[in-house]
Amino acid sequence: MAQVQLKNLEKVYNKTNKVVHGIDLDIKDGEFMVLVGPSGCAKSTTLRMVAGLEDITAGDVIIGGERVNDLSPSKRQIAMVFQNYALYPHMKVRGNLSFGLRIAGRPKAEIAAAVDKVAEILEIEPLLDRLPKQLSGGQAQRVALGRALIKNPGVFLFDEPLSNLDAKLRASMRVRITDLHRQLKAEGSSPTVIYVTHDQTEAMTMGDRICVMQAGHIMQVATPKELYNAPANLFVAGFIGTPEMNLVEGAMEGGEFIMGSQRLALGSDLAGRLSSQPGNAVLGIRPQQFSLVSEGPALQAKLVNAEFMGHEVYMHADCEGRRLVSVVGAAEFEARGQSDVIRLRPDPKTLHVFDKSDGRNVSLHGGSIAA
Amino acid sequence: MADITMPKTAARISDEAAAAKRARMDLISAVVRYSLLFGVGFLMLYPLIWLVGASFKTNSEIFAGAGFLPESPTVEGYVQGWQTSTPYTFGRFFWNSFLIILPKVIGTAISCTMVAYAFARFEFPLKKILFGSVIAVLLLPNVVTRIPQYILFRDLGWLDSFLPLWVPSALAGDAFFVFMLVQFLRSLPTDMEEAARVDGANSLQTLIFIVVPMLGPALVSVCLFQFMWTMNDFLGPLIYISSVDKYPVSLALKLSIDTTEAFEWNRILAMSVLTITPALVVFFAAQRYFIEGISAGGRKG
Repeated sequence: MAQVQLKNLEKVYNKTNKVVHGIDLDIKDGEFMVLVGPSGCAKSTTLRMVAGLEDITAGDVIIGGERVNDLSPSKRQIAMVFQNYALYPHMKVRGNLSFGLRIAGRPKAEIAAAVDKVAEILEIEPLLDRLPKQLSGGQAQRVALGRALIKNPGVFLFDEPLSNLDAKLRASMRVRITDLHRQLKAEGSSPTVIYVTHDQTEAMTMGDRICVMQAGHIMQVATPKELYNAPANLFVAGFIGTPEMNLVEGAMEGGEFIMGSQRLALGSDLAGRLSSQPGNAVLGIRPQQFSLVSEGPALQAKLVNAEFMGHEVYMHADCEGRRLVSVVGAAEFEARGQSDVIRLRPDPKTLHVFDKSDGRNVSLHGGSIAA
Repeated sequence: MADITMPKTAARISDEAAAAKRARMDLISAVVRYSLLFGVGFLMLYPLIWLVGASFKTNSEIFAGAGFLPESPTVEGYVQGWQTSTPYTFGRFFWNSFLIILPKVIGTAISCTMVAYAFARFEFPLKKILFGSVIAVLLLPNVVTRIPQYILFRDLGWLDSFLPLWVPSALAGDAFFVFMLVQFLRSLPTDMEEAARVDGANSLQTLIFIVVPMLGPALVSVCLFQFMWTMNDFLGPLIYISSVDKYPVSLALKLSIDTTEAFEWNRILAMSVLTITPALVVFFAAQRYFIEGISAGGRKG
């Protein structure tokens, strides 16, 4: 039951090394916000400043309307789940779960009831009398989750909680965490979640909204759908989506995109939105939005490699010295992808044009490209 | 088939011969190595073995030969040595040693843990200079501080009491232990402590409930070292303790050499054996904590 606001938040290490460059972020009450970005983008540092584990150099953290910069972590209505679980190694699972309540001096009966309730929700009842070293990774992660849950906090902070698990377990824990959030919302407690990850799949599947960060700056804050369909800049376009979006440098001229000897009509809709001035641009095409055609306007490319994934095929092709990746259905590949030279036609409605100089997505707002 | 089997048999024979030769060489090498190790080990242990053997000899037999097996074993040395030439039995001196060691070990464990925790986990003004001075103390010979310390304790009126032996250790005066614990703490992940802070524990609660249990193995070795060093400390008690009724065993042993006209070597040796026994027992009992060592720290993913 807490809204979290970051206002012009900054972090400077050793007086000179600035890692967080004044970020502003509003997280709504009950929202599942994912901070995502490559390693070293300061997403964990930001989270630790919200938690109170890291000093704030400048700016404010406001939780539930209260400025918490100078409050200790325990007074911020937060609970945190750490990447390597951080379970107390000498305490049994029961002791790990109840530690916070015991420190707070709650009555024994209340603690026992709370432990039982959390253990039931997370299905860890049989593990209560085990030590952390007797748990598997997934079990330990559930106990760590339980330790946060038992405090009934206003804000849950997750610091890459699934990165130590194997792929299969990660997928099931992902669902478990979002289910839990939904369940808590239905019960009326509606906790806010800030979830840090470097894995875009986690970000896309879990977040209500996603905050993409790079080198201490926020690149875009949006819903997963908006992030995918309307990336605000080159960084977001390249970061979100698997395989990565094809980003091809070229020039814009009269509603056409020119790369080497090939021209690609951008479609009246997109061309109309863009100014007609010529300029240097980067064209963004999602691999999924190519279709293999045998005739008509298309990019001609030399097939270099084809990865068979089962129901679809990842085709790596060389087009005017640039690598293009496209994803087509297995049947389509069988029918038209067998020759050395393939013809790829992108869906003009889903093309993005970025300004080469500042990385802005100019196709979104009808901006102009620097000449 | 035949042309395949034939060379195979020949190869197998030469293989078996080679394997047998290798096994023989291994055996010889093992015999040589182990006899050498046993020989050198025995040589190094011989004084100790002789000490134990000689403590059961009669006084006249001790200097008769270098063998360690007593011809007519007797416990006379133990019985008479225990009585001592003073009004007190050796039991009294053991009790005194215990009275010095116990507060000293407890004081060391508590104070060094707190100081090490501060150095390893907190930022405070002058931290680098202060830690530097801890290291400097580590390098300083003990002798240098003997006289100023003696004058200080004399002015406080603490002479002929156990206080000069207890107090410096209870104030983390043993830089070696502080350094050792700081190094151990630096190798432990801080996640658990951060989790405890989020759980609402203050610094002291974090120290007691989270850090100390993880420090366990290092603390045991600190206590063990302090126990052995104090048990064997001769100079400290010699300087500060003057009444015989407060003597620890290390001084009492010397006492039996001083006061007896003709040295009763079997009594001295018998009491020496008794004196080293507690340290040996404690060491062997706590040996596994040395081995457990650092691996008992955080949990890996």
